[in-house]
Amino acid sequence: MEIDRKMVEYVAELSKLRLSEPEKDLMQQDLTKVLQYMDILNSLPTEGVEPLTHVSGVENVFRADVARPSYDREKILQNAIATEAGCFKVPQTVE
Amino acid sequence: MQYETAAQLRQAYADGQTTAAAQTEAYLAQIAKYDKVYHCYNVINEQAAEQAAEFDKNGDKSGALAGVPVAIKDNLATEQMTTTCSSKILEGFVAPYDATVVQKLRAAGAIILGKTNMDEFAMGSTTETSYTGATKNPWDTAHVPGGSSGGSAAAVAADEAPMSLGSDTGGSIRQPCAYCGLTGIKPTYGAVSRYGLLAYGSSLDQIGPIAHDVRDCATLLQVIAGYDEKDSTSIKDVNFDFTAALQDSDLRGKKIGLPLNYLGEGLDAEIKAAILAACRQFAALGAEICEFEMPMIEYAVPAYYIIACAEASSNLSRYDGIKYGYHPESFRDLEDLYLTARSEGFGLEVKRRIMLGTFALSSGYYDAYYQKALKVRALIKQEFDKAFAQYDAILSPVAPTTAPALNSSLSDPLAMYLSDIYTVSVNLVGIPAVALPCGMAANGLPIGMQLLGRNFAEENLVKLANAYQTSTDWHNKRPQLKEAE
Amino acid sequence: MSGYKNTGYEVVIGLEVHVELNTATKIFCSCSTAFGAAPNTQVCPVCTGMPGVLPVLNQQVLEKGVAVGLATNCTITQQCKFDRKNYFYPDLPKAFQTSQLYLPICRNGFVEIETEAGAKKVRIHEIHMEEDAGKLNHEAQSGSTLIDYNRCGVPLLEIVSEPDMTSADEVLAYLEKLKSTLEYLNVSDCKMQEGSMRADVNLSVRKVGAAELGTRTETKNMNSFKAIARAIEYEIFRQIEVLEDGGQVQQETRRWDDEKGIGYAMRSKENAHDYRYFPEPDLAPINISDEWLAEIKQTIPELPDQKKERYVQEYKLSGYDAAQLTRYRRLAEIFESIVQLGGGPKEAANLLIGDCLRLLNADGKEAADLTLAPESLAALLKLVAAGTINKTTAKNVFERIYADNIDPVAYVKENGLEMVSDDGALDAMIDEVIAANPKSVADYQGGKKAALGFLVGQIMKATKGKADAGKVNAKLAEKLK
Repeated sequence: MEIDRKMVEYVAELSKLRLSEPEKDLMQQDLTKVLQYMDILNSLPTEGVEPLTHVSGVENVFRADVARPSYDREKILQNAIATEAGCFKVPQTVE
Repeated sequence: MQYETAAQLRQAYADGQTTAAAQTEAYLAQIAKYDKVYHCYNVINEQAAEQAAEFDKNGDKSGALAGVPVAIKDNLATEQMTTTCSSKILEGFVAPYDATVVQKLRAAGAIILGKTNMDEFAMGSTTETSYTGATKNPWDTAHVPGGSSGGSAAAVAADEAPMSLGSDTGGSIRQPCAYCGLTGIKPTYGAVSRYGLLAYGSSLDQIGPIAHDVRDCATLLQVIAGYDEKDSTSIKDVNFDFTAALQDSDLRGKKIGLPLNYLGEGLDAEIKAAILAACRQFAALGAEICEFEMPMIEYAVPAYYIIACAEASSNLSRYDGIKYGYHPESFRDLEDLYLTARSEGFGLEVKRRIMLGTFALSSGYYDAYYQKALKVRALIKQEFDKAFAQYDAILSPVAPTTAPALNSSLSDPLAMYLSDIYTVSVNLVGIPAVALPCGMAANGLPIGMQLLGRNFAEENLVKLANAYQTSTDWHNKRPQLKEAE
Repeated sequence: MSGYKNTGYEVVIGLEVHVELNTATKIFCSCSTAFGAAPNTQVCPVCTGMPGVLPVLNQQVLEKGVAVGLATNCTITQQCKFDRKNYFYPDLPKAFQTSQLYLPICRNGFVEIETEAGAKKVRIHEIHMEEDAGKLNHEAQSGSTLIDYNRCGVPLLEIVSEPDMTSADEVLAYLEKLKSTLEYLNVSDCKMQEGSMRADVNLSVRKVGAAELGTRTETKNMNSFKAIARAIEYEIFRQIEVLEDGGQVQQETRRWDDEKGIGYAMRSKENAHDYRYFPEPDLAPINISDEWLAEIKQTIPELPDQKKERYVQEYKLSGYDAAQLTRYRRLAEIFESIVQLGGGPKEAANLLIGDCLRLLNADGKEAADLTLAPESLAALLKLVAAGTINKTTAKNVFERIYADNIDPVAYVKENGLEMVSDDGALDAMIDEVIAANPKSVADYQGGKKAALGFLVGQIMKATKGKADAGKVNAKLAEKLK
């Protein structure tokens, strides 16, 4: 798989990463190299193989619907960029 | 240091020959003396001495780690110290809660010394991707300690802690142990709670112990293992008891599989020789060595990097400059805040893996990459299941070489990924593995091997490793430490 | 012209309905879900996406999801999983929503609605479990947005219909039906004003008879059934106008401004829809055994359709009355209690459908808000049946029960509201009224039958409304013969 410039920019946008032009060059080159190597997987037939998402085999893990005390608000907000009126504060979102 | 191992320290404490305060002070002094050279720690617990003194006075002395100082990797959430994953994006972050393993350490009487350096978000094999700077290998400061738990390993090797916690997503405990001449355990997935471990690859990550010998590792693992209602992937009824495994070094009847294709091209001759010597040692202890092949190893690295990076791309999306960590000083709007925080906050290797993972999940490529990797993972598991139907353990190298020189790895990411070839399969299928030293290379750097077992075969692996360490002394070798000039 | 309101176009509508489940705690942590708390006081590291946290599924969410699926004729996905839906927005602290894409809990169901053309099935494509996002409050002056994560992690079911509806009326009938079913199952408050029920409308139009579907838009942000109906009408005619002007409908997400009565397109990012779903590694897969499924089935109460059928059979109510009574769980409960306490089914139905629903409508309240005791209503009906009070008095007493849940027997006694049952006294009053209104008497006797009504009214007034109107009528007619 060859990664073109457009793909690098598309993936950077999805990842919310701003890349400089030299960084884009580097990413394009590195990702292409890595993905070309990964194409080795295509030589392995996998028809009918069930994808393995969870290795532990554990199923049905639940919690009882019983409320516990929440955290102190200050504790949750203590690392925030800005706060106001007990809320995290960010630049206005556009709708 | 006064005591060679944590077990000796613990015994001396129980016998009243030392105090937690004295031991903590001694380690803090050692850190003050050597950490400028090795940079094992990102942050030191400023309250460690005080907590040790308090423990001497009022603590419950019955715990398995009563009075024992422990270092922990900087991706474990702590309320009293910053947790940064060695990333600028978590600069100054103080978690509002303690990781489950941190609570368990305290409950067992351990004194936490500080948070150890690592590859940024555990992404790397050298601890060079750390935002706080590279950790140096105590055996040779021109070399890396391995990664990503390089700080945790180097701290133990440099006697800046008697034992430590690392995390292993694709070899991040085992490989630095091999590079630093230490013993480490990557537990079965689900044996140790991940609650409070800042995730890299959620389906692969496990926290595990690092120490000089497997006895200390077993003690530490027993403390941190067990079901946690806060972790849906943790397994009920995990109750390790290594007492018997640590007493009996008779390996008669044990079958150890040796995958011959692991010893082929790409493996240093010295490491191959050390592995074969270890085979002879195990045979001398009564085990049967059985040669076989595991051809799926060829596919493990690509499958691993697709899965780990895909999960990481999602796990690391929460770092956006808003709720915690690095906050850019100026930004035009919300979008600019996101982009600035993430672009300035993440290092190059992290960006590379986020990009790779985002690509593997993106529309049109999911089936060909992510889904394909999950299917390959299933096939790798089948191969291991087949092997464990015949063998009690598999013996394998940890890394193809000894610790590389500093500044020699990051420029070629693919080559760096390929050096994980022996370790990543274990994480893909969730099984436990013990890494332990088994030789010294001519360049003066340690050589490690690993024993792989079926799920929850930790006791068996500890027994094998302990039998080996009882009859060899690679684990007793110590580097000549260097003071700062 | 044929088609929707003779426009020559037909309308195709599918709905995505989000329902907040009424569990005590959030879907993945133990924080309370109570509505209306101060900002960020019902939060913890898990629901605020702190680094290192892990989710644990609330069992009630799964069981309620299954119940809704069973009640809407879905196939339950007994082996299901959660997936992550990745996108950046400040109301989503992890930057992914834990949801279900690949194996949603319910698939392929339907609900039946009544339309002008008769009963119709609206198919349900799927129902999945997911977490709600936080709430953003925009501060226009300061140009900032404040984030409150109290709602973040409140469990949601997303009920996705097939595009089977063709008008606002059908959409409302479908929503009413869903709401009624969810209330019966006791899984959600379904309060649109509080956001516990939200509907996104996918709508397209096409020329009558066209084979291809038109381009659809998605309209969000309606907070009442009325607003949904208005938004649909608006969007139908907007799309028709665009097409009639030779333009093309853009596939886009739109918002409805109910105050201004207009919809408008939201600004959207080009790549916003590549959500990179993948199985959530932090949650264990779910495996619902046949036994467990059967257990959940056992908990499902009699649903509105079955109840309606039974009311017609058992109480001989009309289909209309039975449908009205069973639409709201609380109303049906009250009805059944009254009947059990000896009230007549027909009379109870009239009271609840006529007086009770009228008052609720006037107050803008829902049947679920009713506080009155069925015992009081049963007692009221007995007073009427025994001839102790007349219908006018009964209506007044009902209003007092509705408002303050008074005891009707005591209230009637204290206020002397019993009917005048003494025939002698009644005769005397009738004679007085006849004597006082010679003109009306003459009119009546001259053939103006309506004049009788006036005289009856005068007599009722004289008795302070406490006479049996039927009896007064009969007596008066007799006397004026």
